Amino acid sequence: MTTTAERRPTTTIFRRPRSTTGFWSWITTADHKKIGIMYGYAAFIFFLVGGIEALLLRIQLSAADSTFLTAAEYNAAFTMHGTTMVFLFVMPISAAFINYLLPLMIGARDVAFPRMNALSWWIFLFGGIFLYSVLIFSDPAAPAGVEGVPGNLDPADNTILGGMPDGGWFGYQPNAGPFYSPGTAMDFWALGVQFLGLASLISSVNFIVTIFNMRALGMRLLRMPVFVWMSLVVALLLLFSLPIIAIALFMVTFDRQFGSLFFVAEAGGDPILWQHLFWLFGHPEVYILILPAMGIVSEVLPVFSRKPLFGYAAVVIAGAAIAFMGFGVWAHHMFSSGISPVAQAAFALSTMTIAVPTGVKIFNWMGTMWGGRLRFTTSMLFAIGFVAMFVIGGLSGVTHAVVPSDWQQTDTYYIVAHFHYVLFGGAVFGIFSGLYYWFPKITGRLLSERLGKINFWTLFAGFNLTFAPMHWLGLQGMVRRTAYYPPEAGFDFWNLVATVGAFIIAAGVLVFMYNWWRSKKHGEPSGIDPWDARTVEWTIPNPTPEYNFGVSPTITSLDDFWHKKYSSDSEGRPVRRPEAEETLEDLMETGINPPHPIHLPAPSYYPILFAAGIPLVGWGIIFHTSLVGKLLILVGVLVVASAAFGWSMEPLEEPHEEHDEDHSDQPSGSGYSSYGSDA
Amino acid sequence: MIWRQVRRLIRPFVKWGTVLSLTIFSLAACSLVEIEDAPLTTFEPAGPFAERIDAIFWQVFWIAVVIFVVVEGGILLIVLLFRDRKGRKEPRQIHGNNKLEITWTIIPALILTVIAIPTVQGVFELTECDDDAMPVEIIGHQWWFEYRYPELGIETGSVLAIPVDREVCAFMTSADVLHNYWVPHLMGKRYLVPGQETTLKLQADEPAEYWGHCAEFCGLSHSLMRARVVSMTQADFDAWAAAQQQLAVPPEPDTPAAAGLKVFQEQGCTQCHTVDYGPDFAGTNLVADELYNGPNLTHFASRNVFAGAILPREGQTHADGLREWLANPPGVKPGSFMPDLDLTHQEIEDLIAWLDTLQ
Repeated sequence: MTTTAERRPTTTIFRRPRSTTGFWSWITTADHKKIGIMYGYAAFIFFLVGGIEALLLRIQLSAADSTFLTAAEYNAAFTMHGTTMVFLFVMPISAAFINYLLPLMIGARDVAFPRMNALSWWIFLFGGIFLYSVLIFSDPAAPAGVEGVPGNLDPADNTILGGMPDGGWFGYQPNAGPFYSPGTAMDFWALGVQFLGLASLISSVNFIVTIFNMRALGMRLLRMPVFVWMSLVVALLLLFSLPIIAIALFMVTFDRQFGSLFFVAEAGGDPILWQHLFWLFGHPEVYILILPAMGIVSEVLPVFSRKPLFGYAAVVIAGAAIAFMGFGVWAHHMFSSGISPVAQAAFALSTMTIAVPTGVKIFNWMGTMWGGRLRFTTSMLFAIGFVAMFVIGGLSGVTHAVVPSDWQQTDTYYIVAHFHYVLFGGAVFGIFSGLYYWFPKITGRLLSERLGKINFWTLFAGFNLTFAPMHWLGLQGMVRRTAYYPPEAGFDFWNLVATVGAFIIAAGVLVFMYNWWRSKKHGEPSGIDPWDARTVEWTIPNPTPEYNFGVSPTITSLDDFWHKKYSSDSEGRPVRRPEAEETLEDLMETGINPPHPIHLPAPSYYPILFAAGIPLVGWGIIFHTSLVGKLLILVGVLVVASAAFGWSMEPLEEPHEEHDEDHSDQPSGSGYSSYGSDA
Repeated sequence: MIWRQVRRLIRPFVKWGTVLSLTIFSLAACSLVEIEDAPLTTFEPAGPFAERIDAIFWQVFWIAVVIFVVVEGGILLIVLLFRDRKGRKEPRQIHGNNKLEITWTIIPALILTVIAIPTVQGVFELTECDDDAMPVEIIGHQWWFEYRYPELGIETGSVLAIPVDREVCAFMTSADVLHNYWVPHLMGKRYLVPGQETTLKLQADEPAEYWGHCAEFCGLSHSLMRARVVSMTQADFDAWAAAQQQLAVPPEPDTPAAAGLKVFQEQGCTQCHTVDYGPDFAGTNLVADELYNGPNLTHFASRNVFAGAILPREGQTHADGLREWLANPPGVKPGSFMPDLDLTHQEIEDLIAWLDTLQ
């Protein structure tokens, strides 16, 4: 005779955590919403850190031959600004949006692997902390494994800031290698970025499986919101591009720690190989940063235009095409590296081709607004701002594909201007648009529109003041990554303007933070459907209940929620259905009081424990020649192994006193606990 | 309410912020047309290759301007036309229009094809050197450029001399990390890669002096790795080359210059620096070890800038620049391989007197 206890092994290190509120509920959660919120806050804190680094850079550059920062500090600040903004802000805040919204937008109760989702969040957080732990552990002595050349180290530059990684976020070899970047700083960079990549790789698998397996009844692929489509595309990009950078970063770590000489020319290594590997990851990475924002904008524009997205299929296909082609354009970052004319011509053509689907998206967004009834909420302003600024970034992008022009422009401020137009004017505006739009889903309240308008206009003005002049600075010959320029170079005026602009951006961000802080408590209650939205995540109460949907939705069309509220007249104009208000009340009712018990992913200690072992291994590798380092590796591996073991032994779900056998409708493979009227 | 008053105060500034940024935008657009006193500008091509690039740039630029005006104007128009006003009807729910979508896929593709033609032509015309070009070797060092003329047997640094109206083919490599050679008036950039050889075509129309800069991040003092190119008529160039091929002339005994040479030898400067007095010179070996290659100083005084073309600063004499440099090289250029030798005031003055003899 088998008993319940025998069927479900309970040999596990920890008892299942039981807190549903408070500190431990966040530490042990497997709820995609809590994980999304934590991702968002952490990413925003890193945004502030990267922003402060940017302000330091701008102060230094505001005048010729400035001595505000030393050369070492300046190099460290621009390296960490880039690394932070790419890996610790835009990627994780996109992960925050995808985590929180993806299940809601496909009508699911969670992602496919909730504990794995928690794991990727904790690895991200510990990876970020590991990267910045360089502030405490930076060791200017040569890396443990390889003898460095101490000749070009200035001990006076070993300030706190100057001790950070200083080889650029692109880590070009051999400058970032063992001989020209002695000290441990670039080891922290290589391993830190490695861990952050691991976190993204895990969540990419999770998102792909979620999208393919967890959609609500009737949510066909071509009925999915564009944001979900873009999430899928981004997840696939991550899946295929991250292994490349993982291998390249391991090669750097091996060069630096174990003398493997992959990129050392004197030993037959190839510094250009690093560039190919880095940009083979790095260019898809650009689309990883921008596509989630494009998804957000594709949700926001239709809602505030009161029209469906123009050419839904074209926008989806264009997004997928951009991603696919994104793997074939990497060498346009290397037009001046001495690659052959045939290669230059080929990559010029592939780069120009990618502008076509990008243009299709822009025109489709304009087509969406054309003839609409535009409501200029803050979210809409940011979305329109995104389109307008992305056009500028796109046009300057095409000029990079014109190889002879690019020989003049590459490595100048013209490039800095270009990618800030696509990443700040693009990605960041898209992110702000999304924050204003979906804030009610987290809090049940609206962000202040008055503060929002100030927020948008200060950011918009500050952004253009900062980055537009950089176009002219670059064309006047200002080289990137330079801490000084001589007074006779003629760069003073526009640099000063850019610095003023940077502080206006900072003011805009402060307005946003105040708005967020204030509206969380005192914002206007949003109700269930504040924007008269089109997609299924607005059919549930705000803030989102823990179980998402009281009743799993059934989808009958694209923009399903809109069609539940509106029919159309003979001219094709929407007419509110008489029963619309009743529908909303019903949704509210079933959202608050689910008619059936609901099983939710159970919390677990193991994801955070697993993730905590990883930075220990990282520190151990960096200090592996010492006994402490060896012990750290051992402890770290033991922590990871025991967490993995405990995790594998953890019951998928708690044994229940009642209806113990009634779980056949639940997806297997993850822990679920019950929630609902009788749980 | 206080808030309302604050809002009334802020509102004009918010609007003004936009106006201001638009003004800056248009000002900047004007400055694009006329840039004065920017020695690194890409808008004053002074040779056929830079001119070719400039022509391609402007072709693409004006196409981009047209697209910019059409698209941004379109966005502005949409925002003005379709903003929600009282009495505005609910919009028709249009899901798309195949003809329109195909049109705005094909038109950009055609425009890009137009741009692709000069691009590909330019790449093939401007990448590889002519067979009869004058060869020059450029070697990147942290943080200065070394120049060698293999056919003339000349070694120099910081300043590249070239004849006008003749294609110069730079064969480039690096002694340490990646560098990127850029003289915007003459040509675009090309990397200097350790262990590899890259080539770059250069040509100047008129005798003049051009600024350059290392464009790839190359470590601590990347900001201070600059370059100069001096173009001269063929006759002047031949005279320059003949002078450079001469051996250095030893200073008269018991002069400050002789004392300077003694400092140079005793402080170990010869470990990195070569001064070619020839085999008959009765002194120590003044040929540097290949491993620690500093600039060849045989004709140091013939160069108007030194230390990676950062000194002398504007308004500074050559001697003052040297005083600043010799007193503390890593203080001027952080991380410099040339150490601070704690030279006395007298030693520095003697060295300057001696360096002045290296014409």
